[in-house]
Amino acid sequence: MEQTEGGTVMNNKLKPRRPLREKHYWEEWTGRIYTSICVVFLIVVMFSIVYFVASKGLSTFFQDGVSMREFLTGKTWNPTGEPAAYGALPFITGSFITTLLAALIASPLSLCAALFMTEIVPGKGKKILQPAIELLSGIPSVVYGFIGLSVIVPLLRSMFGGAGVGIAAGCLVLSVMILPTVTSIMADALSALPKGLRESSYALGATRWQTIYRVIIPTVLPALLTGIVLGMARAFGEALAVQMVIGNAPHVPTSLLESASTLTSVITLSMGNTTMGSVHNNALWSMALVLLVMTFVFVILVRLLERRNRV
Amino acid sequence: MKAKTVDKVATSVIVVLALFIVVLLLGLLGFILVRGIGQINWHFLTSAPQLLKGGGGIGPQLFNSIFLLVLTLIITIPLGWGGGIYMAEYAKPGRITSFIRLVVEVLSSFPSIVIGLFGLLLIVNTFGLGFSLLSGAMALAIFNLPLMVRTTEQAFRAVPKEQKEAGLALGLSKWKIITSILLPVALPSLITGTILASGRIFGEAAALMFTAGMSSPPLDFTDWNPTSPRSPINPLRPAETLAVHIWKVNSEGIGPDSKEVAAGASAVLVLLVLAFNLSARWIGRVVYRRMTASK
Repeated sequence: MEQTEGGTVMNNKLKPRRPLREKHYWEEWTGRIYTSICVVFLIVVMFSIVYFVASKGLSTFFQDGVSMREFLTGKTWNPTGEPAAYGALPFITGSFITTLLAALIASPLSLCAALFMTEIVPGKGKKILQPAIELLSGIPSVVYGFIGLSVIVPLLRSMFGGAGVGIAAGCLVLSVMILPTVTSIMADALSALPKGLRESSYALGATRWQTIYRVIIPTVLPALLTGIVLGMARAFGEALAVQMVIGNAPHVPTSLLESASTLTSVITLSMGNTTMGSVHNNALWSMALVLLVMTFVFVILVRLLERRNRV
Repeated sequence: MKAKTVDKVATSVIVVLALFIVVLLLGLLGFILVRGIGQINWHFLTSAPQLLKGGGGIGPQLFNSIFLLVLTLIITIPLGWGGGIYMAEYAKPGRITSFIRLVVEVLSSFPSIVIGLFGLLLIVNTFGLGFSLLSGAMALAIFNLPLMVRTTEQAFRAVPKEQKEAGLALGLSKWKIITSILLPVALPSLITGTILASGRIFGEAAALMFTAGMSSPPLDFTDWNPTSPRSPINPLRPAETLAVHIWKVNSEGIGPDSKEVAAGASAVLVLLVLAFNLSARWIGRVVYRRMTASK
């Protein structure tokens, strides 16, 4: 009896609501379809970037017959010469050296800044450093290039002689550029650490440095490395700031003060001057492909580190 | 005793290096402002650049930067907010969602020059839009979207669960809950995130060199017909932005005052980015107060 009564009550209530329910479905589907389209768009864009850059970059090897070995290990870059040489090794080494050196300079600085914010003077330190880090990350890369060109290059010139432009100037500029990225990731990792860890270390009579060095850093090491890898990814792909201070000479550098090139700087300088479809132009696309592949390497590294971090 | 000495030394090294970063920032800002601010005057901000003789300004570049930012936001806001809402509200944990997450991560790690080259190949050449503001805005949208999706997702996830449950209890559809309950609550952080992203768009140059182009036609600021080639609001004309201009002046500037122009333009760019960052905080706070009626 009661059940049927309840049923009739529900039916009575539902009947006048029919049009509202239809509106309901309509709304439901608008939202679902609209947001799905946005996400599908992202996926399509990513795959088309990979497809177009790869198809252009690979045609150097499959259509123009440049051997992949020559491209990756050849030391001479002379696309306009007779015979033309497409060895991109100088640029590949240039990119790797500047990236590694920039990470080497920026990581200890960032670690100190992050420790200062979270371990030494938590409240106050954050108030001083956080805005500084945010402002540093807001300065556009061309402005870093301009500063590099008008401060670092003359400084290096007066200290060591020579032209001043080169690997050293490039990695100094890059290290300041990646400083905010690395610092903020490191600081996040440190402040996410459970408090008990620190307190138990102090309770055992450890000094602050012992706690940092023996307890905190080993615990968050994967996260710290994630920060460094992301900074390196940024440094590897940075184009204009490096191009302005590195000198852009197409040979394998033998000293830090020598003028050199990176993959990005060559693409920036030459892409506009070559005709689409020529071998020279395709070789530049192959360099873009190298950048793309390196992006994936960095993403995989970050993922591996994050997995270790979770355990 | 020894451990304490080590502790003191280590602490002072950390403090010194941390303060070094603050000094570095102050030095950088000081340098840019001291070198550049003397160059800034009304003439510099409004007049066209001079290639060979001195005395040129950055008027068209400044206008292009702002116009490009507006165009980019028109493209990114609907797509980026939509994508973020999907990730926060519709996506169920599983393979597809983690795949989308990977796509967003990869997309945000692509170097901006690669995105510029992609724009050159697909938007400029294949779509036939040429070097134009619209091509530039599309490339910047790709550059900006992953960031936007991520901040939107975070903003929606930060909304208290009770708000959503209240909406469900009222029998509202999910989309209605999103647009009329969650969106207003998330709006302050959405706006803050969007303005911060705008600061990044404003300073971006590498992706624009190959899409928006490296030169501006002489603009006629009295011509507001969007199809005329000299009109400032024509989205299909090539446009050099402030950041690209700084790069160009620095690397191939031949004018007698190219150093001064670069300094002035850098100062303008940095001041604008600073203004973006400050206004992001301020507007976020004001909107939050309006929306939540809290003090």
